[in-house]
Amino acid sequence: MKSVPEYLCETYDVAVIGAGHAGCEAALACARLGLETIVFMVSADTIALMPCNPNIGGTSKGHLVRELDALGGEMGRNIDKTYIQSKMLNRSKGPAVHSLRAQADKQRYTASMRRVMENTDHLTLKQAEVTDLLWEELPDGTKQVTGVKIASGGIFPCRAAVLCSGVYLNARCIYGEVSQYTGPNGLPRATKLTDSLVAAGLQVLRFKTGTPARIDGRTIDYTKMEVQTGDEPVVPFSFENRPEDIAREQAVCYLAYTNEKTHEIIRENIDRSPLFSGDIQGTGPRYCPSIEDKVVRFPDKERHQIFIEPEGEYTNEMYLAGLSSSLPEEVQIRMYRSIRGLENAKIVRNAYAIEYDCLNATQLKPTLECKFIHGFFSAGQANGSSGYEEAAAQGLIAGINAARLLRGEEPVVIDRSQGYIGVLIDDLVTKETKEPYRMMTSRAEYRLLLRQDNADLRLTEIGHEVGLISDERYEKFLEKKAAIDAELARLNATILGANERVNEYLRCINTAVIHTGTSLAELLRRPEMTYEMLAPLDPERAELDTSVIEQVEIETKYEGYIERQRIQVEHFRKLEKKRLPEDLDYNLIPSLRLEARQKLSKLRPENVGQASRISGVSPADISVLLVWLANSSRTQRKETEGADV
Amino acid sequence: MRQSTENDTIAAIATALSPSGIGIVRVSGPEAFSIAAKVFAGGDVSSYDSHTVHYGHIVNPSDGRVIDEVMLLVMKAPRTYTREDTVEIDCHGGVLVTKRVLEAVLAAGARLAEPGEFTRRAYLNGRIDLSQAEAVAGVISAKNDLALRNSERQLQGRVRREISELRAEILREIAQIEATLDDPEHLSFDGFDETITRQTAEQQRRIRRLIDTADDGRMISEGIRTVIVGRPNAGKSSLLNALLGEDRAIVTDVPGTTRDTLTEEVRMRGITLLLVDTAGIRATDDAVERIGVERARAAAAEADLILYVADGSTMLDENDRAILAACAGKPMIALLNKSDLPTVTTAEELAKALGGLAEATGDTKAAHSEAFAPIAISAKTGEGLEALEERITGMFFSERIKADDECVITSERHKQALIAASESLARVAESIDAGMSEDFYTIDLTAAYEALGTILGEEPDEDVINAIFAEFCLGK
Repeated sequence: MKSVPEYLCETYDVAVIGAGHAGCEAALACARLGLETIVFMVSADTIALMPCNPNIGGTSKGHLVRELDALGGEMGRNIDKTYIQSKMLNRSKGPAVHSLRAQADKQRYTASMRRVMENTDHLTLKQAEVTDLLWEELPDGTKQVTGVKIASGGIFPCRAAVLCSGVYLNARCIYGEVSQYTGPNGLPRATKLTDSLVAAGLQVLRFKTGTPARIDGRTIDYTKMEVQTGDEPVVPFSFENRPEDIAREQAVCYLAYTNEKTHEIIRENIDRSPLFSGDIQGTGPRYCPSIEDKVVRFPDKERHQIFIEPEGEYTNEMYLAGLSSSLPEEVQIRMYRSIRGLENAKIVRNAYAIEYDCLNATQLKPTLECKFIHGFFSAGQANGSSGYEEAAAQGLIAGINAARLLRGEEPVVIDRSQGYIGVLIDDLVTKETKEPYRMMTSRAEYRLLLRQDNADLRLTEIGHEVGLISDERYEKFLEKKAAIDAELARLNATILGANERVNEYLRCINTAVIHTGTSLAELLRRPEMTYEMLAPLDPERAELDTSVIEQVEIETKYEGYIERQRIQVEHFRKLEKKRLPEDLDYNLIPSLRLEARQKLSKLRPENVGQASRISGVSPADISVLLVWLANSSRTQRKETEGADV
Repeated sequence: MRQSTENDTIAAIATALSPSGIGIVRVSGPEAFSIAAKVFAGGDVSSYDSHTVHYGHIVNPSDGRVIDEVMLLVMKAPRTYTREDTVEIDCHGGVLVTKRVLEAVLAAGARLAEPGEFTRRAYLNGRIDLSQAEAVAGVISAKNDLALRNSERQLQGRVRREISELRAEILREIAQIEATLDDPEHLSFDGFDETITRQTAEQQRRIRRLIDTADDGRMISEGIRTVIVGRPNAGKSSLLNALLGEDRAIVTDVPGTTRDTLTEEVRMRGITLLLVDTAGIRATDDAVERIGVERARAAAAEADLILYVADGSTMLDENDRAILAACAGKPMIALLNKSDLPTVTTAEELAKALGGLAEATGDTKAAHSEAFAPIAISAKTGEGLEALEERITGMFFSERIKADDECVITSERHKQALIAASESLARVAESIDAGMSEDFYTIDLTAAYEALGTILGEEPDEDVINAIFAEFCLGK
């Protein structure tokens, strides 16, 4: 085979490989922070493509998007511009698990992000397949990124590279007995970069995910399904937007169900699913299972939900959420037609599974920089996660840290008590993910503090400090914060006398009367009470923004729980603060168990807290580390004192 | 040899300083022998074998003057308390002289150890684990015999098991809530409030019982763990059924989810027996059953009381002797069953066999005591069961059998953790009453889980560790 001659192209600070949800955030963050940035993509028409589900957010994923917005990311603003239906999920539950989800118009989502990218200074877009990561070896045996090479032979020197390759590395799409060697949606895949990454010393894994079919909307009988409408008014994803700014007419979704017939068709043909026949070796996501998986795993379940969602306003195509599959197309069509309302369905695009290469993310630091290749960052599905939101969140953090590295600044790490983003990245770099990692509510220990409604209060400060949140937005944020604090103080300080006028109203709204002076805050703490209901007893109150009232209400009503969770966080932080020396030789601590010594030597956690989350490191090992650290700091102190004498 | 985590050598006086007593100066670390050589006159320290004692004098290394006449113990790593080379100097000259010996050792290059440093080294070198370190601390500060016995056995056996079980249960509750939050399509909270209300109430009750032992030293077990042993066909299952007879027994089945075995409760004269139904006791009629020696051995290790059943209608055989040997050393009542059938083995013969066994284990007093005499019974007709009851109650009130005497919480830290766990569980109940949604429960469930974990050392906490090592005095 003829080799392609190399040629030198212009130099950049940062090269971003891929322009999916991770790549867009990484590239925008770097460019906005003033670094000359180039972003490579297999097709300029598919920037921020949504090749799977047509929505942003959902349980715990919605949290990620709001956090990303507070840090200065783009995803929240982009979905606010392009949503066609929006809903706050889990409203019947506590505020910790409220989660925002919006249906997107896929084409407008892509087009809108593309315009933002194209109009960002310092950002260059280039359609090209990156084939090689270029690096030099440093005297200490580690490596430094020096550039990237593309398929045409062009070499782009750069000081940092961010891998956001999604599912494109050596991708293979499979359904039934059919294999297609393409990326998602038939797009070109990238076949060379994996080898280059392996040559750089990186360990590569093979993961699998899948997508359901798209059905021609004209062939669906919606009268046989339940209608799902959006919220009115909607809650915007971006803290920059007010509900009225983005109000619009909303599309509807539909709810249908599989039945015994559907399951029978699946069971009869299960051996033709490449997932079960062994044709797919990649590991699939347990928490976003295919319908085959669900039928096998829940044999007693008589039906499974299917949400039928529009792909956008530009098309008739409808997405079958919950029916991801890799069965042969002929089986798929029988399966769909067994469902009430889909009896005459026609497939526009069939469901398929996709296999791809990704990195073992434990090779990364919590900054998402590789532990042994300086300037090499990685984000998104390339790190073994699944989902647009997970990808975008990592892309933003990788982009911010690439920029800060080049600017000689301290990296930004969000910890588990600060955000779902912190939980996501800490899990990825610590826990040796064996399957595509999906964000879930249960993964966050401090849920009540990490609510979607207070993401701005938690992270705007950091976003401003980094330089992605404007001074103007920051000022507004400080005003909101001050308003919350003032109102909380006022509610606590305003005491109602136990008089007949007050008690008559309390009786009238079906709550207990008071016998002594009681603060407004105390009344608000009653489960049945709302801020609104207190209005007649509180003539002094000022007109406040709904987002302020929401915080005041939550902080007051759940004060005890919030306080207890804060104590847990303090406890957690203690171990996070115990840094482990980079050159620590774990083999010199004999009381660590062998497995712990091996794992710690391999993963080299940054602190004792991270060490405690490595599988194979027991609580007893952590106690040993704590005693060892206390001892060595004591010894060091002594040595210093000795030197003084 | 294993490499130590420390690079300096420490020394301290390891005994309480009293005018009359022997004082021990302990030296540990890589230079322990060369330091000892500098101060010890009486032989070549480097040539001594490990774990040997040597007579000689301690001299001041600067002027060579004799300080004290001593015995020098030389112990080479790793078979030492710290797993480091260790020297102990037994001094005879009282407080002042012991101090001067220590000064000589320090002058020769050792560093004065901090409180608990020897134990910390033992811990870091893998010699002991954290709960053992805590137990050492407990031994040092224990003020009375009972407390001492408890710290020695700290968290062995049932307390550890009880707390582990509670934790596992709480973890299951947390997991159920979280799984349901993440997969509302397949899981539901239907009926969950009632279940968790019941469970947390029960958990609080169990924790309360543990706390009570800390308050007044009461025993935690509700009864005497009793195991029936005997060879096949001796009548173990008949005895079990007879004891469980409807007219007097309260039978509760504790499902095997939390314990390996079923435990049945029998009350007699104010005492509760926990009859441990080791798997298969009810199936002893099965001729292919193994002799049961291994089972008897395992059961005996757990039991407070053993009921040994011999078949009076047949000869004693090897199996009987093997089973008896397996139970040696435990409070036991021998029963000669099948008194309704013609007698082949007499009570005297059985007593002789038992006596021989007791003598073999050195318990001659027990061997001839009246209390050791076999009781003739018929599990079938109920004959002799009265006598058995009398014997059991007699043994209990004379304190010859005790239930769970090691299950007392003596550590204030453990008590506080239990109280914290109990309070957290109470808050879960409050949340349910207040109609909070399920995701709120996990905050307090987690707090309870973590509090219990600090007792087991499953929740690493620097404050706890510091507290443990801070309890040590110098020289330990």
